[in-house]
Amino acid sequence: MTAVRTDPKAPAARQRRRARRTDRAGAGWTALAWLVGLLFFLPVLWMVLTGFKREVDAASNPPTWVFTPVLDGYRQVFDRDITPYLLNSLMASVVSTLFVLLLATPAAYALSIRPVAKWRDVLFFFISTKMLPAVAALLPIYLLVKELGLLDNVWTMVVLYTAMNLPLAVWMMRSFLLEVPPALIEAAAVDGASVLVTIRRILLPIVAPGLAATALICFIFSWNEFFFAVNLTATRAGTSPIFLVGFITSEGLFLARLCAAATLVSLPVVLAGWIAQKQLVRGLSMGAVK
Amino acid sequence: MSRSWSPHRLRPALALSVVAVLAAPACSGAGGGSSDGGDGKTITVLMVGNPQMEDLAKVTADSFTKTTGITVRFTILPENELRDKVTQDVATQGGQYDVATIGAYEAPIWSKNGWLHELSSYADADGGYDRNDLLQPMVTSLSGEDGKLYAAPFYGESSFLMYNKELFAAKGLTMPERPTWQQVAQFAAQLDDDKAGVSGICLRGLSGWGELFAPLTTVVNTFGGTWFEKDWTPRVNAPEFVEATKFYVDLVRAHGQPGAPQAGFTECLNTFGQGKAAMWYDATSAAGTLEDASASTVAGKVGYAYAPVAKTASSGWLWAWALAMPKTTKHPDAAWQFISWATGKEYERLVGSTLGWSRVPAGKRQSTYTIPEYRQSAAAFADLTLASIQEADPKNPGVQPRPALGVQFVGIPEFADLGTKVSQEVSAAIAGSTTVEKALADGQKLAEDVAREYR
Repeated sequence: MTAVRTDPKAPAARQRRRARRTDRAGAGWTALAWLVGLLFFLPVLWMVLTGFKREVDAASNPPTWVFTPVLDGYRQVFDRDITPYLLNSLMASVVSTLFVLLLATPAAYALSIRPVAKWRDVLFFFISTKMLPAVAALLPIYLLVKELGLLDNVWTMVVLYTAMNLPLAVWMMRSFLLEVPPALIEAAAVDGASVLVTIRRILLPIVAPGLAATALICFIFSWNEFFFAVNLTATRAGTSPIFLVGFITSEGLFLARLCAAATLVSLPVVLAGWIAQKQLVRGLSMGAVK
Repeated sequence: MSRSWSPHRLRPALALSVVAVLAAPACSGAGGGSSDGGDGKTITVLMVGNPQMEDLAKVTADSFTKTTGITVRFTILPENELRDKVTQDVATQGGQYDVATIGAYEAPIWSKNGWLHELSSYADADGGYDRNDLLQPMVTSLSGEDGKLYAAPFYGESSFLMYNKELFAAKGLTMPERPTWQQVAQFAAQLDDDKAGVSGICLRGLSGWGELFAPLTTVVNTFGGTWFEKDWTPRVNAPEFVEATKFYVDLVRAHGQPGAPQAGFTECLNTFGQGKAAMWYDATSAAGTLEDASASTVAGKVGYAYAPVAKTASSGWLWAWALAMPKTTKHPDAAWQFISWATGKEYERLVGSTLGWSRVPAGKRQSTYTIPEYRQSAAAFADLTLASIQEADPKNPGVQPRPALGVQFVGIPEFADLGTKVSQEVSAAIAGSTTVEKALADGQKLAEDVAREYR
């Protein structure tokens, strides 16, 4: 009888091999993720770097990667007084985002937790308003705004951005509210909590990450909006994208100063994203929604 | 004890938010409010972001506003957005702007549409303006059919040939004062040096009526071609137009800069400014940047010659950026005060003495070329620029009579679209993906559609 000789080390070796394979695959995925991440980050890096180049270096082909950084671009940007544009953008974005959240959250509540009659139709109606191309709505909006004497007024932009972002926010907030376990709300009701208390103590902490994400999206969309801004504002209510395109010229070099302006104008959005990101991560790690 | 919810509790909050929303427009923030009270003490100006306009925005507060008390608010937009904006504002009587910068292309068209205030009466009544000092081709190109001035020139340009004197000297070549296109092609062949990374010539290949077709139309003109004859017969596929376009495309393909189909004014400025092209045919306004040592490596090494010709005596284009007053302005007198100041003689001296003489918005007044400081600063190109502008004839730029104003464009609203569409195909021919014959045969069809409107 021959005993089957088994190598006691074999399973361990297999495991090690498997682990090595997994490690290798993991490293491959990590490298790919880094590569894709860098690829996406490259245009941003290019923008930031170009902002510090001289116009001549900025326009060179192939691009120069080694250069002496200068602040000429930024000097030109500040020469033009960026402040009013930033203030207008901040006002239009922050106020419209607040309005959107104030209006979208109750609407989403009425479409998810306590659905109203025909809530599907209502949802579809909301999203259908986004189906019309903005350019098709421009003329009536322009004429209306002109008749109301509200051309070149930042409040016009607040109203427009609120209206534009509302459908999206309702849909987003609805999906977040749907994730709240009904048992939690029932339990609160059994404990005698009022609607306001339920909202404040139960719902808000759970949907906080959702609120943050919605707010961030609305803020970014409003901040970056160019089409209505260029048509409805003039010298007083111009927003940052309007300021930005003013650096494009058909005569002479402009890439460095345009990139400097673009970097400055992007900063508030990056900042908002950073703040919202912390909120998102905290909300998720609190463990209410998994 | 749990608090019971009552809808009444929400009322004050709700009322407060309604009040806030309603009251908001009254206490508007940085950009709120749209009225200046109509006292004429604030005017709004829309302009393009060209360096000369930026200088204007820079010096206005300390000079114009200080002496007149009129505050000027500026909006700076790229050319295309500016055109859309003024069209929209005037067509809908929006009245958002008191002054707008427009080009030589728009002035006759918009004046015909009745969108602009005529400025002749303002200029005549303004003793200090000296209208007769304005260069005649500028006045012609900015006048309406009634002969009145509809926009005051802010700065003007023609086109000429710029060449790298060092590269020419190295090969023992001499550029004549008035070269022909054939000579230019020969020079380009002799100076094209792939090893050194130097192209024989830089020419625009980027599509757009104001890009590729600015230089190309002047070549067509001097080769005896035209977009339209006097009776609006389109001539885009005529032998002269084809010959000129083939010449241009072949030249740029054989000895032009790399990436020519994507190269416009800016790209050529950079290529030539970095010494990577031996010649460049483009706007006279490029010279200021080329002679600026901080922006160009060829400063002091550039020679200038008249726009190359074939069958005509001269072929330079004519362009002006001008200040116009839309009909919808609410403050015409204040607007004229601003236009008069910005396009007047004193403004040039102001810019020269405060910002530097190379930044003077030249090319519109005879007197500019008698200022010693300016002549010294622009010594290499001032006389040639002035002569090129004076030689340009927007009414009759080629060998046959024309139906509309314009040297490098046809002064009709449809031309922007027509020129851009045809330029896309010619640009494709430069890239090698189509032929000149096909591009211009398609162009002829488009031109026929346009001609039908006018015949």
